[in-house]
Amino acid sequence: MFAALANPHRFMGFSRWAAPLLGVVAVLLIAPGLWLGFAAPPDYQQGTTVRIMFIHVPAAQSAMFVYACLGGASFFSLVFRHALADAAARAAAPLGAAFTALALVTGSLWGRPMWGAWWVWDARLTSVLVLFLLFVGYMALRAAIDDEARAARAGAILALVGLINLPIIYFSVDWWNSLHQGESIFRPGGPAIATVFLIPLGLMSFGYLAAFGALWLERTRAEIWRRRAQIAAVQAAGR
Amino acid sequence: MSLHDKYAAFVWPAYAITALVFAWMAIDTLLRARHWRKQAERLGSDDTP
Repeated sequence: MFAALANPHRFMGFSRWAAPLLGVVAVLLIAPGLWLGFAAPPDYQQGTTVRIMFIHVPAAQSAMFVYACLGGASFFSLVFRHALADAAARAAAPLGAAFTALALVTGSLWGRPMWGAWWVWDARLTSVLVLFLLFVGYMALRAAIDDEARAARAGAILALVGLINLPIIYFSVDWWNSLHQGESIFRPGGPAIATVFLIPLGLMSFGYLAAFGALWLERTRAEIWRRRAQIAAVQAAGR
Repeated sequence: MSLHDKYAAFVWPAYAITALVFAWMAIDTLLRARHWRKQAERLGSDDTP
C-alpha cells in the first residue's frame, strides 16, 4: 500500500476521497464521545474535572502518534530521498504542535484543581513540553533554511533524533516518581478506568486520530500543490 | 454538567480551547489546500489532479 501511495499522482487520487471520509469518521466518533462524556457521572475523587480526561488524553496520545508519523516520514525522506515522504513530514509538524499544545493546556487546567498547581517540573509534563519544542524546532529549522533539500535533510535528522523522546514520555511515569498518574488503559490486567469513562475516552481517542488522518492527508495535498506551483513558476520564468 | 459546578471554571475553558484549536487546524488546512491548488492551476502545473 505504501509503495503504491509513494507515487504522488496515486496519492492525490487516494487522498481526494480518503481525507473527507476520515473527516466524517472523526465527526461520527467525536460527537457521541462528547455526548457520552458529558452524560458520564462525576468521578468519586475528581468530580467533574474527570471530563477534561476525554479531551486531554486523546490530545496527548495524538501528539505522540503524530510525532511517530513525523519520524517515520522523515526516515523515508532521509534514507530514500522520497519527496512525498518529506511533504508528509512537513505537513504533520503543525498538527503535532497543535495536539501537544492542547495536551499541555488541558493538562494544566486539570492539574490546577487536582494538584493545586498549573505546572510542575514532573518527568511526564517536562517530556511532553520537550515534544512540543521538538515540533516547533522542526518547523523553525525548516523555515530557516532556504534550500528545500537541505531543509528537508536537517529537519529529518532532528525528527529522527527526537524519536528518543517518545519512550521517555510513555515510561516517564514508571521510571521516575511522578505526580502524573500512571498507565491506566494499556496495562496488565486490563484498564483501570470504569466502562462509563472508558467508552467515551475510546471514541474520542479514535476520533482524534481520524481527525488527524483527514487533516494530515489534506495538508500533504496542499504541500504537493505548493511544490508543483513552485516548479511551474520556475518553468514559466525560464521561458 | 452544571454551568455553575465547582470545577466549571476549569472544564469549560478546556473544551473551549480544544474547540478553537480544532477549528484553527481545520480552517488553516482547508485554506492552505485551496490556496496552493489555485496557485498550481493558475501557473499551469502539468500534473494538477
